[in-house]
Amino acid sequence: MKYTIEILRQKSPTDEPYRQTFALETELKNATVATALSMLNAKTPLLDIGGKECDRIVWECSCLQKKCGACAMVINGRPQLACDARLSEQKGDKIVVEPLKKFPVVADLAVDRSILFENLKTISAWLVSETRASENQNDILYKSSLCLQCGCCLEVCPNFIPEGDFFGMACMIPLARLLEEMPDDEKKELRKKYSKHIFGGCGKSLSCRNICPAKIQIEELMVNSNAISLWKGIFKKIFK
Amino acid sequence: MSKINIIGAGLAGLSAALTLAQKGQHCRLISALPSERAQSVMAEGGINAALDTMGENDTVREHYHDTMRGGVELADPNAVWNLCSDAPETVNRLCSLGAPLQMNGSELILRNFGGQKKKRTAYAKSSTGKILMTSLIDEVRKYESKGLVERFPHHLFKTLIISQRKCNGVVIADSYTGKTATLSGAVILATGGMNSLFPGLTTGTVINTGDVTAEVFSLGVELANLEFIQYHPTTVSIPQKRCLISEAARGEGGRLYIEKNGEPWYFMEEKYPELGNLMPRDVVSREIMLVKKQKNCGDKVYLDMTGIEESAWVNKLSDLREECIAFLAKDPKTEPIEVSPGIHYFMGGVSVDEKHRTNIDGLFAAGECTCQYHGANRLGGNSMLGAVYGGKVAAESAFVVSDDFGNEAIQWEEDTEKMALRESSVSEKAGVILKESLGIFRNEKQLQSALSQINELIIAEKTDYRKKRLILAKAILLSALNRKESRGAHTREDYPDRNDAEYKKTTIAVFDGNNISVSLREIPIKRGTEQ
Repeated sequence: MKYTIEILRQKSPTDEPYRQTFALETELKNATVATALSMLNAKTPLLDIGGKECDRIVWECSCLQKKCGACAMVINGRPQLACDARLSEQKGDKIVVEPLKKFPVVADLAVDRSILFENLKTISAWLVSETRASENQNDILYKSSLCLQCGCCLEVCPNFIPEGDFFGMACMIPLARLLEEMPDDEKKELRKKYSKHIFGGCGKSLSCRNICPAKIQIEELMVNSNAISLWKGIFKKIFK
Repeated sequence: MSKINIIGAGLAGLSAALTLAQKGQHCRLISALPSERAQSVMAEGGINAALDTMGENDTVREHYHDTMRGGVELADPNAVWNLCSDAPETVNRLCSLGAPLQMNGSELILRNFGGQKKKRTAYAKSSTGKILMTSLIDEVRKYESKGLVERFPHHLFKTLIISQRKCNGVVIADSYTGKTATLSGAVILATGGMNSLFPGLTTGTVINTGDVTAEVFSLGVELANLEFIQYHPTTVSIPQKRCLISEAARGEGGRLYIEKNGEPWYFMEEKYPELGNLMPRDVVSREIMLVKKQKNCGDKVYLDMTGIEESAWVNKLSDLREECIAFLAKDPKTEPIEVSPGIHYFMGGVSVDEKHRTNIDGLFAAGECTCQYHGANRLGGNSMLGAVYGGKVAAESAFVVSDDFGNEAIQWEEDTEKMALRESSVSEKAGVILKESLGIFRNEKQLQSALSQINELIIAEKTDYRKKRLILAKAILLSALNRKESRGAHTREDYPDRNDAEYKKTTIAVFDGNNISVSLREIPIKRGTEQ
């Protein structure tokens, strides 16, 4: 199969972005956008469709198996993992690849997602003291632990802006485990922060619902975390 | 007190950071990508500990013996004894971080894994590594907020500062800005395997290149047991790499077969009635290759998971099933999957003693980049254990010497090498040479031929990091040539027998700047009365 890959490139954070198109031919049945990027980078020299020699394409990649979230990017308008985007399943033979737009570009398709980890620090995403999981909590804890911190859910979120107070689902999902596990007397602070940085900012657009590459059921975890952080407290006060 | 530098933020690196932070010791956690992208998140099957929750009277002693036997008696017996003795506590510590391993009431459920007669492997479906990583990442974050752990999460290891056999610090490069800095203090390496030498053939990540191992080797750090490369018997080919079908599939009843005279032949069950499909990985991989060559047999081996109970699919293997459907477009619940061996783990690496000390003062190592727990073949479930426990021991050893270093301020300077643009693997040519010579079956002729070809490539190579990768590859070839016997993952067609008299020893490779010398070192004698 022959494909045309258009990439939104940028040499450095301070350079202007530009688009560059490459031709790619592969017989590999399950080739993905990650395969395409690797194949292009293996070419010496790398030539664009007009025969112009160009620098290798910068992108992040690690596991190539949907387990690490490194290669998240926007492919034909949809944020997804490059290792999960099969070339044969894209509409047509032209594929447009762009960096995630909610994060500053480092170079080409590599973006600086530090804000994800900063937000988790700001919200105090950790257990205050040692806590053991119990059997009946296991399902929520397991699902919550699967978050890749790839940033795809934030890319589609109309409410998330990188420097804003709303931290988005990439922060909510890890918190779901902690809120579920922490004893009541230890999570007062976390509940307050949850209310401020998650509940208060989510416009319930649910645009993130079907975007998670790890297929985490975001709504289920959010309902549980909302209940722990807000409703249980409110009901307690009402029925005191 | 100087800060301690940890290179690598997977299970071993996180475990080391947590150990130090809990002691109030400052450390720097340096990694090319954040912890979420580390190879440890890919670990699937589980973590071993003789917790004996399944009513089988399991003991530390049996875990020790299984590990030593699985490693064909080449592991450091004192290190393995420490590992197995501490395993219940290691797993309990992870549970106390809230890690949702699978439970029955208040007790962990353990499952069968290869090379072990008793249920000993704690797990979280087929995503155990990811689940443990999440708990450790969250816990370490607590100490980041206190300033005890300082993350450098887009920073590449460049080299060590070594003088008079003492490591005084590390040079790193920021992949975002291209600037470099020297960080003083002891160094713990937790940098994983050597995937870049085998492009497309490994189950791991593309960031675990082995470049750190190659660099420290060039500086005189001793490497050990490099010839032992684990081929996991059940992997499948996907674009650019191998994808693992976890041993858990066989633990829950998956069966290997090949067509023989038109009928499925469950060769492992027939040849090894006691452990059957759950023999150690070296044995299963070898058998797969042998039955494929057998007369009246087909050329494809299948893993038949269709007999696995519905409850196991739901509670234990749901993610494995999803992965097969996503990557292979096949449902393992309804049809057998064709499998073949793929490189999954490097038993060899930086030579360390039971305290995780290298031959250079101030330099420590833990996790897959080291050598001492798995001997000639690693048991499933022991890698995460070795990483978490090893990270702790390395940290304790580094803590002891943390006063011996300076604490200079960090100065960032322009990098001339552009480290971020390194290729993820050796050239296609070198890859083919290593693939053909360092497979499951090896022989003198192939190894010698590979050696002379790699020598030519070394001479022709101008780029420093590529040259060092090839020198590391050469050290593996020389180690494999030197071991003229068959043991564990090293099967020599020309020396098919195990030879304890000459080779029940650790292979040591060292580079003096010009030449690599390979020698055999006595394995430490087991202390104590416990046998």
